[in-house]
Amino acid sequence: MEIPYTISTRPDTGLWNAKIGIWLFLASEVMLFGGLFSAYVFLRLDAQPGEWPHGLLNVPIGTFNTAILIVSSVTVVLAWAALKMRRYNAYWWYMLATILCGIIFLFVKLYLEWPPKFSHYGVFIKPEAREKYEPYLGNHRREEKGLEPRIEITGHLENHEALTDSNIKEYEIALDPVNADPDNPSHDRPHFIPLPATEKVAKIDKQDVERIDSFGPWHSAYFASYFTITGLHGAHVLAGVLVFLYMWLPVSKKVYQRNPEHLANRVEVSGLFWHFVDLIWIFVFPLFYLL
Amino acid sequence: MDASTSHPPSPGFGETGETHGPHHHEAGHDHEHHELGFWRKYIFSTDHKVIGIQYGICGMIFLFMGFSLMMIMRWQLAYPGQALPLIGKWLPYIFGANSMPDGKMTPEFYNSLGAMHGTIMIFLGVVPVAFAAFGNFVVPLQIGAPDMTFPKVNAASFWAFAVGGAIMLTSFFVPGGAAKGGWTSYTPLSDIADKGPGFHTVLNGQSLWLIGFIFLITSSLLGAVNFITTIIQLRAKGLTWMRLPFFVWSQFVTAFLLLLAFPPLEAAIIMQLMDRTAATSFFLPAGMIVNGAPLHVSGGGSPLLWQHLFWFLGHPEVYVLILPAFGIVGEILANNSRKPLWGYKSLVFSVLVIGFLSFVVWAHHMWLTGMGSTVSAFFQTTTLLISIPSVIILSAFFISLWGGSIRFNVPMLFVTAFLPMFGIGGLTGIPLAFNSADLYLHDTYYVIAHFHYIVAPGTIFGLFAGVYYWFPKATGRMMSEFWGKVHFWPSLICMNVIFLPMFLQGMLGMHRRWYDGGQGWTLAGEHIWGLSGFQWNTPISWAAWIMGLAQIPFIINFFWSIKHGKKVNDNPWEATTLEWTAPSPPPHGNFVTTPVAYRGPYEYSLPGREKDFTMQNEPVDPSERSRRMAEPALAH
Amino acid sequence: MNNPPDIAQDPAEHEEYAHGVQQHVSRYLMVGGLLLFFTLLTVALSYVDFGGFFSWLFHIHISQEGSRKLNIAVAIAVAAFKASLVALIFMHLAAEKRLIYRVLIFTGLFVLVLFWLTYLAWYDPITR
Repeated sequence: MEIPYTISTRPDTGLWNAKIGIWLFLASEVMLFGGLFSAYVFLRLDAQPGEWPHGLLNVPIGTFNTAILIVSSVTVVLAWAALKMRRYNAYWWYMLATILCGIIFLFVKLYLEWPPKFSHYGVFIKPEAREKYEPYLGNHRREEKGLEPRIEITGHLENHEALTDSNIKEYEIALDPVNADPDNPSHDRPHFIPLPATEKVAKIDKQDVERIDSFGPWHSAYFASYFTITGLHGAHVLAGVLVFLYMWLPVSKKVYQRNPEHLANRVEVSGLFWHFVDLIWIFVFPLFYLL
Repeated sequence: MDASTSHPPSPGFGETGETHGPHHHEAGHDHEHHELGFWRKYIFSTDHKVIGIQYGICGMIFLFMGFSLMMIMRWQLAYPGQALPLIGKWLPYIFGANSMPDGKMTPEFYNSLGAMHGTIMIFLGVVPVAFAAFGNFVVPLQIGAPDMTFPKVNAASFWAFAVGGAIMLTSFFVPGGAAKGGWTSYTPLSDIADKGPGFHTVLNGQSLWLIGFIFLITSSLLGAVNFITTIIQLRAKGLTWMRLPFFVWSQFVTAFLLLLAFPPLEAAIIMQLMDRTAATSFFLPAGMIVNGAPLHVSGGGSPLLWQHLFWFLGHPEVYVLILPAFGIVGEILANNSRKPLWGYKSLVFSVLVIGFLSFVVWAHHMWLTGMGSTVSAFFQTTTLLISIPSVIILSAFFISLWGGSIRFNVPMLFVTAFLPMFGIGGLTGIPLAFNSADLYLHDTYYVIAHFHYIVAPGTIFGLFAGVYYWFPKATGRMMSEFWGKVHFWPSLICMNVIFLPMFLQGMLGMHRRWYDGGQGWTLAGEHIWGLSGFQWNTPISWAAWIMGLAQIPFIINFFWSIKHGKKVNDNPWEATTLEWTAPSPPPHGNFVTTPVAYRGPYEYSLPGREKDFTMQNEPVDPSERSRRMAEPALAH
Repeated sequence: MNNPPDIAQDPAEHEEYAHGVQQHVSRYLMVGGLLLFFTLLTVALSYVDFGGFFSWLFHIHISQEGSRKLNIAVAIAVAAFKASLVALIFMHLAAEKRLIYRVLIFTGLFVLVLFWLTYLAWYDPITR
């Protein structure tokens, strides 16, 4: 028994099966990420003034990763074109480049971008104590200029034991530039904080602290959506890499030798998936890193 | 590499015409035809019929399981605080010591039963049977296809479902028991339930519920992609869109609903899982006090966000439950009234309109959340609009019966029962569609009665009808007519004894989640026929237990008939659609000769014919053609 | 069933076909370059204070909040442009079959409905 139209097209639709299948799947993916993005917008609109953090992500790393994904999108479409022209060797190299791009993307994300977040802390100051920390928050000037107030002091936690030891009364924070020099006009607009933090250390009385959290998903609705969306996106990248690996390995050369069009179709379908992953990232990047 | 030599000519579907049955060897592709082992043939099969039957049997087991949970609950509702006789003392051995100490149900266990009854019935029972089982088994046969377009994806879909179901069941046995937040898992309650000391981060009822759901959604998505592609690509020659059986249309729209409505829920489920395991607070506002202590969360989340995302699926899901039943009813109705389905085009367009509108009615489940009157007015309007196509469908079904020579066999009994039962369910929904009336009826037994009338004597009767109807196609044997009737009549009577009084209970103001069944309401509420709202629980519960017994004839009939039922030919109901041209049971690859469709799906009692049915693959003869010039001959 | 032959069964035809693909390759490279350029552009634009710029240009007052909204609009416009490049050229949506457009149109509609949630957020007096 053979399923019709796996490789050739059905006359009245002009399409082969997997092409319809992948577009339907992508439609459902649009709804999946649509759900997450609409949640992001919902939470952002709902946030109290000052509650939604800005500029806490590493823009150069994000830009690099965006570029990597764009390059991989180009290489995968070139791989497909090479197959269409029946140049298997060129295909092999383009595919390898795509796989490497995917792996670099994941490496950057998992080893360079995420881990530093977990040792960086935000200290949320109780509303009544904010006046006391005015030198770090600079809210007077912000109020004059009509900016949202700052409600947290961010930086490197110097005395980690303070988190668990109730005898220590203060948190010692090596401040981020924003809090080290809060009245600097260049900090009025969100932009990323280079790591490590400045030399300036602030002592914050535990009694004035509403809560202290590292920049993990538990920090705020912002980081919650950041980790959820980029995590899910990363899972998609991983899935794409695995699929491409399968198409790059010698197993798939047999498919090519049997019918090159079959492998070209497979690459086209998985390429569509990969472009979609790229497309999601094109929105993730400005929404989380720049705005 | 030369492309032109590398591709052997496709074996072509038409060749199956010469190969009778799956055991025939043929040069060129004998690897396709050699005898598969037991595991590949019946367990890890990629044949759509086997997968359909797997889905069907698993789904029916889950349906019975979900019903059993409710039968246990009904004891607590009718006799609150009393020890459950007979099985009561054994249940703690199954569900843990904290479920029913001394046979008396704890409130936590009651909540688990309620939540899991809903979840199992909808997502592990009705959807797998109505959509996956019948869709898998019947759709490729009805469109004359050899299989689904992606047989391996199809198998993956079933196994994702099996894993999801297993996870859901496992959740009963972890500390704290299964999920307790209702089938809707409203936050923040479900976000903070089963959390803290004594609970595992992942291995607790609510988290397992979420993880199980991710598998179930994956399964549905894979299935939906497969169904839509199959219906678009693998229709037989001549089977144009307007010649598709109504069942195929209903499955097509259902697949789209699943495809586009499930992912937002998946997003919400991922977020709730993050809330529970990674300490995010998507759905938790700041400043919550739990058990007297402030909850350490970042806050900034919105409980209403969950409700929006949940009901974005939740409402289309209602149509996922009912549309396949519409399809089954349409098939059986036309077949047994020996008349074309009345208003076929209106039916098709109604189904399409329902599918579309179902995406913009979701917030009518949320009128007590204080969304504001503008939003409510919008959703009230769309909700009333969506009742129009539903009424068209039901009316067309009723008109189809008019003047037909109706055969009251078992499938037809269930179908004729479906029509008024669904009507009651639909009409009682109208008060709920008005938000002023809903403020009073919201979360009462009235709501329970309303949607159960649609899903239980509605959809599930449709499913029973489908099982009796297509059983001969799957096995080559009939189910017993007598035992079918023994199954049908008690089920019909019990359904109504169970659900009709619930309307009254609801109008008396009884809340649907009361652990004591509304015992405290006895004094305040009014009496109907001498019984208070609470006292009505007793006859309802007895009816539920009797209905449980009434399913035994069905179970026995089903399994007994597989081996010992009356042998019948390929088309025992004298039906017209393409699945009846295949052998019973159809071999791997389905058809002996590739079918070609020459006419519409319901050509019953054509004038000037000997037989009162004309199958879709019977060519149009010239005399007939002159009679019906209006219809285009053979498209494609 | 009626399986039509592959597009490239005939060698001569295939030659012509391959040539057509070759022409596409340069377009893919160009689009890739454009995407990289717009990535850098969007980063650069995020540092521009549009409020200040337009205030200066049109002699109107734009609040800081308004300025931020302008930045959001610009960034999303750039992202939408990049996304449409990927969808139209890389994913071949510029010339696709009607069926796929239909599926995507419906998906787009339902996504809009989903984003309507955010609009609803403004009507919700409980969490605001």
